[in-house]
Formats: sequence, C-alpha cells, structure tokens
Amino acid sequence: MTVFMSFLAAIGRYVLSALAAVGRIALFAMRTVSHLARPPFYWSEFGHALVQIGWLSLPVVGMTALFTGGALALQIYAGGARFNAETVVPSIVAIGLTRELGPVLGGLMVAARVASSIAAEIGTMKVTEQIDALTTLSTNPMKYLTLPRVLAATLALPLLVGVGDALGIMGGFLVGVGRLDFGAATYLHNTIDFLENWDVISGMIKGAVFGFIVALMGCYYGMNSGRGAQGVGSATKTAVVAASVLILASNYLLTELFFSA
Amino acid sequence: MIELTDVRKAFGNNHVLQGVNLTIESGTSMVIIGGSGTGKSVALKCILGLITPDSGTITLDGKDVTTGDRDAFLARFGMLFQGGALFDSLPVWQNVAFRLLRGSLARPIEEAREIAIEKLRRVGLKPDVAEKFPAELSGGMQKRVGLARAIAAEPEIIFFDEPTTGLDPIMSGVINELIREIVVEMGATAMTITHDMTSVRAIADNIAMLHDGVIKWTGPVSEMDNSGDPYLDQFIHGRAEGPIEAVR
Repeated sequence: MTVFMSFLAAIGRYVLSALAAVGRIALFAMRTVSHLARPPFYWSEFGHALVQIGWLSLPVVGMTALFTGGALALQIYAGGARFNAETVVPSIVAIGLTRELGPVLGGLMVAARVASSIAAEIGTMKVTEQIDALTTLSTNPMKYLTLPRVLAATLALPLLVGVGDALGIMGGFLVGVGRLDFGAATYLHNTIDFLENWDVISGMIKGAVFGFIVALMGCYYGMNSGRGAQGVGSATKTAVVAASVLILASNYLLTELFFSA
Repeated sequence: MIELTDVRKAFGNNHVLQGVNLTIESGTSMVIIGGSGTGKSVALKCILGLITPDSGTITLDGKDVTTGDRDAFLARFGMLFQGGALFDSLPVWQNVAFRLLRGSLARPIEEAREIAIEKLRRVGLKPDVAEKFPAELSGGMQKRVGLARAIAAEPEIIFFDEPTTGLDPIMSGVINELIREIVVEMGATAMTITHDMTSVRAIADNIAMLHDGVIKWTGPVSEMDNSGDPYLDQFIHGRAEGPIEAVR
C-alpha cells in the first residue's frame, strides 16, 4: 500500500511540476508578446535574428523538403500501384507537402538548428552575467533578446515553409519525371489542378505557429538556464525537445482545427 | 547616499542575507569584504534590483529603490562585472557605448563612438582595440573594457564586483589604480566587492565586513588594522584559526 501511495505521489509531483512549467512558459509568452506594444523596439536585433533564423536556415529546410518530396513520390507511387492509382502521385505529393510535411519537417529542422542556438547563446549570456549587464545598462532583456528572436522566427518560418513547399514539389517532380515515367507537363498539371490556395496558406499558418514555438522555447530555456556548462547544455537539450514535442502536438491541433469535417 | 536597512534574502534554506544594515555616503568609496559565498554579490544585486530582497528596505538618496522610474534609477549606475560580462556579439566600442546607442541616453553613432574611444583611452587601451571583439582580448583588457563601459555614461554611482579576480598582481595593481583615479576624478560614489586585501587598501575610504549574512564591522579603512574585531582581524590577516570557520 505504501509503495502504491508513493507511486501515486510521484505521479502527482510530476504532473504538478509539468503544469507549473506550462504556466511559467505561458506567462513568459504573454510577457514577450506584450513588449510588442511597448517601445523601444530593437530593429537591428530583429534584422540580425531574421538573417540568423530565416536566411541561414534556408539550406537545411530546402534540402529536407527536396529529399522528402522525392521520397514521398516514390512511396505514393508504390502504394498507389496496389490499387491502380499511380496517377495521384503529383497531387498527393503537393497536398502532403504543403499541408503537413513542409511545415512539420521545416519546423523540426529549424527547432534543431535555431532553438538550440538561441538557448545556448542566451544561456551562456546568463551564466556570464551578460543578462544582468543588459539590465544595468537600462535595457530590458525581454525586449532586446526575446522579442526580436520570437518575432523573426514567427515571420521567417512561413516564408521558409513556402520555399520548402516549392522545393519539395520539385523533388517529387524530379523523381516523378526522372524515375516514374510521368510526363513533365502532366505532372505539373496534376499538381496545379488539385492544389488549393488553402493547402498552402494553412501550411504557412502552421509555420508561423511553429516559428513562435521554436524561438520561444529557445529564449525561455536560455533565460532559465542553470549554472555552468552543464546548465547551458541541459537548457539547450530541453529547448530542442520541448520545441519538437510542441510542434508535433500543435500540428495535430491545427490540423484538427483546419481540416476536421 | 545608499542605505540598506535590515535586508534579508534566502535561496531555499540558504539564508544568505540575514539583516544587512549598511550606509554608503555619497562621494565615498565603500569596499565590502567577506569570504566566498557570504552574500556580497547578492547585496550588490539587491541594490540594483537584479535580485529582489525578501524583506528590508534599500534607499538611494532617501527614496526606496523599488519605486519610481527604473530607467532613470539605472541611468545613475555603472557596473563592472566580475567576468567583464562583455557582449560577445558586439565589437569593443559598441560594448563601451552600449548605453549611448540606445534608450534615454542615446547619442548619434559617431559621437557615441568617439566617447567610447575616449573612455578606452582613459583605461589605458589604444583606439585599435575598439574594433576588436571581446573574445580577442586578454582577461586584463576585458576588465578594462568593462571598466570603460561602466564609466561611459559618467554615472554618479559605480559598482565593482571582484574587479581584480583572475588577474596577475601587476594587472590587479593597474586596475586598482584606475578605479581609484576614476572614482576621485568623477566624484562618484563607489561600492566594491572583493576579498583581495591589496584592492581594499588601494580603493577603499570605508570598508564593511560581511559574514553570516550580517555586517560584522564597518568603518574607515585607516581603522581596519586596529579594529579589535576578531572576524575582521582573521580575514585581513588570512588566518585559518579564528571565529570564521575555514571550511564553509
């Protein structure tokens, strides 16, 4: 009985601590967003973050999309062949990429690249007292560090998703035409005819949400980093894990919201 | 004048400050001494509002530091951090001129850059250092840049957190001299945290000994050697035997 109660108590403690963490992150997010309405806004930091998060993530997101599009074409062709539906390859590749794989894989790749780098940078700034130094120099760290990064990621991710969609469809096109004997014009017609604006727009909205999550997790765990190299390492790892899980969870909720019958 | 009255701060079960009472007169240089982990940095950060005390009051010129315009309050301070705390991503001159490039003290970029170079020269660094990044500088140079940043906006009050830690004796002497010169020249109020007795004698007008979360002794540096306080005596002579336990 005592062992059972200890087990329940351990679960209770875990749930309570998880709920407290959710509360702290929600408050952090609200504080971040609230600074949008309160000057000053650090444009140079925003521009720098936009380059770091958006422009420099292009290669990794683009390569991911390109190969995923190609692999998807092969899989759909193989699956479709079981019930003579090989012709759906272009449309399913396009819909699958724009609605799901583009934003989710793009988000996860950016989480790995950006959440880790933000958490490590801000965590190091914290343990070397640079955050305290900012405060003593009359500069709010939330305004100077967090808001520009969160805003830049929220704006950059939809654009990255858009580029990823195009490259993913190109990957499918190259495999479809090069390996699966589709005619180039037919493949493009099938892609364009079946693709709707909402497919692309919904994916970009997902991208904006994922961008917000990625930068927020990086900033939150960086700002709350423990001491020393181990503290920064732990903050970096937790930021990437939390961002990845939240991307997958929010993806389900957004898909339910956008596409449930 | 900065006044701390019954300031207490605990981190979990660790009661770091247990009723600190201390007065720092305007235009004087106060050095707080005490062993590692006795709460010297916590006391300093409480004054700046980087840490919120659990109880007690801290006033600056009679006004509670937790009330009023925070930016205006912080604009009166400069601080040299223990490790320099320079911003890695910015060149040296932008570190020094950080406060002059944004906020209420913002100036045109060229003017801010000129002031930064002038302050670098004041701490003995050549103008070519201005374009370097902090990672390219030695520890002593980083301290000097931190010092230049602390005085860039000509603050009324300057805090120095372990200004000579990690430096060789000659560089420590240089930094001590610079601090003393700058404080006298600017007429600033200074508060320094250190356990380097050479720094204490070079920098201080007054000293306060913090131990067990309270100020054990405070008075002019000239009376330090004949204070009759067993804690202070043990500390300034670096004796293992005495009321302060050697293993904390």
